Amino acid sequence: MNHPSTYKPGTAFERWLDRRLPIIRFGADFMDFPTPKNLNYWWTFGAILAVCLVIQIITGIVLAMHYTPEKNLAFNSVEHIMRDVNYGWLMRYVHANGASMFFLAVYIHMFRGLYYGSYKEPREMVWILGVVIFLLMMATAFMGYVLPWGQMSFWGATVITNFFTAFPVVGDPIKTLLLGGPAVDNATLNRFFSLHYLLPFAIFGVVAIHIWAFHTSGNNNPTGVEVKDVKKDTVPFHPYYTVKDGFAIAVFLLLFAAFVFFNPNGLGHPDNYKPADPLVTPPHIVPEWYFLPFYAILRAITFNIGPITSKLGGVIAMFSSIIVLFILPWLDTSKVRSMRYRPVAKLWFVLFVIACVWLGYLGGQPAEGVFVIQAQIATAYYFAFFLVILPLLGVFEKTNPLPKSIADSVLNNDKRGAATPIAQAAE
Amino acid sequence: MKTILFTLAAFGSAIALSGPAQAAGGEVREYKHNHWHFDGPFGAYDKEAVQRGFQVYKTVCASCHAVEQLAFRSLGEKGGPFYLDKCPAGVAETTNCSNPSENPVVKAIAAEYEITDGPDDSGDMFKRPGLPSDKIPGPYANAQQARAANGGALPPNLALVIKARHHGPNYVYSLLTGYEDAPISVQLAPAQYYNPYFAGDMSQLLKEEYRDAEGHPLEGVEIPQGGVLAMKAPLADGIVDYADEHVPETVDQYAKDVVEFLTWASEPKMEQRKSLGVVTIGYLLILTLILFFSYRAIWAKVDH
Repeated sequence: MNHPSTYKPGTAFERWLDRRLPIIRFGADFMDFPTPKNLNYWWTFGAILAVCLVIQIITGIVLAMHYTPEKNLAFNSVEHIMRDVNYGWLMRYVHANGASMFFLAVYIHMFRGLYYGSYKEPREMVWILGVVIFLLMMATAFMGYVLPWGQMSFWGATVITNFFTAFPVVGDPIKTLLLGGPAVDNATLNRFFSLHYLLPFAIFGVVAIHIWAFHTSGNNNPTGVEVKDVKKDTVPFHPYYTVKDGFAIAVFLLLFAAFVFFNPNGLGHPDNYKPADPLVTPPHIVPEWYFLPFYAILRAITFNIGPITSKLGGVIAMFSSIIVLFILPWLDTSKVRSMRYRPVAKLWFVLFVIACVWLGYLGGQPAEGVFVIQAQIATAYYFAFFLVILPLLGVFEKTNPLPKSIADSVLNNDKRGAATPIAQAAE
Repeated sequence: MKTILFTLAAFGSAIALSGPAQAAGGEVREYKHNHWHFDGPFGAYDKEAVQRGFQVYKTVCASCHAVEQLAFRSLGEKGGPFYLDKCPAGVAETTNCSNPSENPVVKAIAAEYEITDGPDDSGDMFKRPGLPSDKIPGPYANAQQARAANGGALPPNLALVIKARHHGPNYVYSLLTGYEDAPISVQLAPAQYYNPYFAGDMSQLLKEEYRDAEGHPLEGVEIPQGGVLAMKAPLADGIVDYADEHVPETVDQYAKDVVEFLTWASEPKMEQRKSLGVVTIGYLLILTLILFFSYRAIWAKVDH
C-alpha cells in the first residue's frame, strides 16, 4: 500500500537535503503510514517486539563489555557482573528475563497472525520473514543460554548439538563444526559468543525487511478485509498507533519489571548457578520454557519408522514443526482471512493453542508413561492442524458474511455496543 | 485488551504456581517452611542475622566449604552485614567508613586471614594479611585437595548455594536441621550420614533381609525418604558463642542465621534490586496512566 508522500520540506536546509538524501521524507512517510483504524490490542505486539529487540541489544552490548568467553573464567565473569559491576545485576537480569519476554511476545504475535490470517495473499513474505526471525531468535537464545557456562548451559548445549548426529553421513561433521571439536568445550563457548553477538543484528536486518514487506502490502486487520478507502478505513500511524502501542508497551514493561525486580530467577533453572562440569550430568536436563513445546515434539517420537530411528524421527519432527510454518500460506485454502468469520476454523484454532501450551507443559515433564502418549497426541494434532485441517476447511467450511469494508465493520460494532446495555437491562 | 491481560496474567501465575520438582533422585521429605526476613517484594535482610550467620559460617562451615565469589569488601558494601553509615567512635576523622575498603570492621575481619600474594621483586610468593579487596580464601587449594580431605566427597561452594538449589533457603535450613538416625531398614557405609531432605536413592542401601533374591525390595518394604551424604550434622546446640545474649544458641537458630547469611552471599544486591523495583513499577504505572488517557484523548473522535 504505497501511499502518496505528504511531506513538504519546510526550511531551505530540508529542501536541500530532500534533493540529496530524502531521509526526513522517509521518516515522515513512515510515521504517516495509513493504518487500518480497527486494529485491536493483539496488533500492539509488533511494537512490543521491537522494544524487546532493542532492550536485548543494548543490555547485551553492556554485558559483553564485562563478560569473558573462556571456559575457566566465564562463570565467574558473570558473577563479577552480578556483584561488582555497577548495575551489572540489572543488566543481566533484564537480559535474561528479556529473552523470556521476547518469546512470550513473539508467540502471541504468531498466534495473532495465525488467527487473523495475516499470512495469506499478499502477505506471504511478511509471514515467511517472520518465521525466519523466529528461527534466528531460537538460535540466538540457545547460544546465549550457553554463555554463563553453568551446568544447564553445558548440558543443554551437549544435548541439542547431539540431535544433529541423528542425520546419517552429514550429522557428525555438522556437530563437530558447531562445537569446534568432538565435545562442548572452550571452542564451543567462543564461537557461540561470537554468533550470539552477531545474530541479533541479523534479526534487526530481517525485522527491517519484515516491516518493509507489510508496508508494501499494508497491515492486515481483524476483519481481514482489505482497505478500500484510505480516508474512511485508515488513520495515520502517528499519533494514533504510536500512542496505542506506547500504552501497550508500558503495560508489557510492567510485567517485565515485575520479573526482573521481584522474581529474576523464576524463569531460570537453579542448576545454572553451578559451574559447568563435564563429569557430572544433571538428573533432568530441561531447556528454557520457550523451547519446551519443541522439546516435547522431539521426544514424542519414541518408535522407529522403517529405516528412520526414533532419534532421527524426533529430530525430523522437531524441525518439521517449524518448516511447516514456511508453507502455511499455501496450506490454508480458505478465501476468508480472519477466523472471526470462520466459525469452524475458530474452534480448531482454540484446540491448536491448547495443544501448543500442553506441549510446553509436557516438555518439562519426564518422557515416560502417560506423558509420552499425551505428547504424541498433541504432536499429531499440531501437524494435523496445518496439513489436514486447514487445507480441508477451506473447501468445506461455510464462512460467515464479511463486512463490506473496515469502516462498515466499525460502525456495526458501535451499533452492537449500543444495543448490549439495553439487552442486559432487560434481563 | 481483557483477553491479552488475561493471557499475560495466566502466564505470570503459571510461572508463580509451577513449583519445579523439589529434587531429583528418590523421594525427599517436604522441606520445612520458614518465614524469611528477605521474603516478599519488600523483604530485606535481617542485618544482625546475617552477621551471626557469617559467624556460624566462619566457625563451622568454613572448615570445609568455600564462598568462592565473595570478597571481604562485599561484607562492608551497602546492604552487607558490616556496612557502616558513619564511623564508630575512636576512628580517625579522615576515614570514610561507608567505603568498604576503609571499613574498620571489614579490615579487621580480612586481617585475620593469611593470603598468598606475589611474585615479589625477587620472584618469590609471599604471605600477607588479608585486605578488604581480597576474595575470602577457602579451606582448600583446589578441588582435588578438598576431595582428598573429605573421603572423596567435594564440599560445594556456598557463595551461590541458595540460588543453585530449588527452594534454596528452605532446603538448606531443612538439611541443616533435618539430620536423623538412619531407618533400621538401611545399612550405611562408614562416614555416611542419613538426611531425609537430601536427594538420593535409599533403595540401594536396604539391608539384605529387606530384599528378594534379585536384590529388589521385598513387597511392603517402604523405601525411606532422602539420602545419605558425607557431611555429618554440622551444627550442635551451643557450638557458636553469640555476643547477643538474647539470641538462643540452638541448632535451629544457627541454621536460620547461616541461611540468612548465605542468601545474602548469593544475592548481595537484593535490597538495591527491590527498592529500584518499587520505583520502576511506580514510574511505569504513572506512565501507563498518562499513555492511556493520551490514547483516549487522541482516539476520541475516531470510530474504531
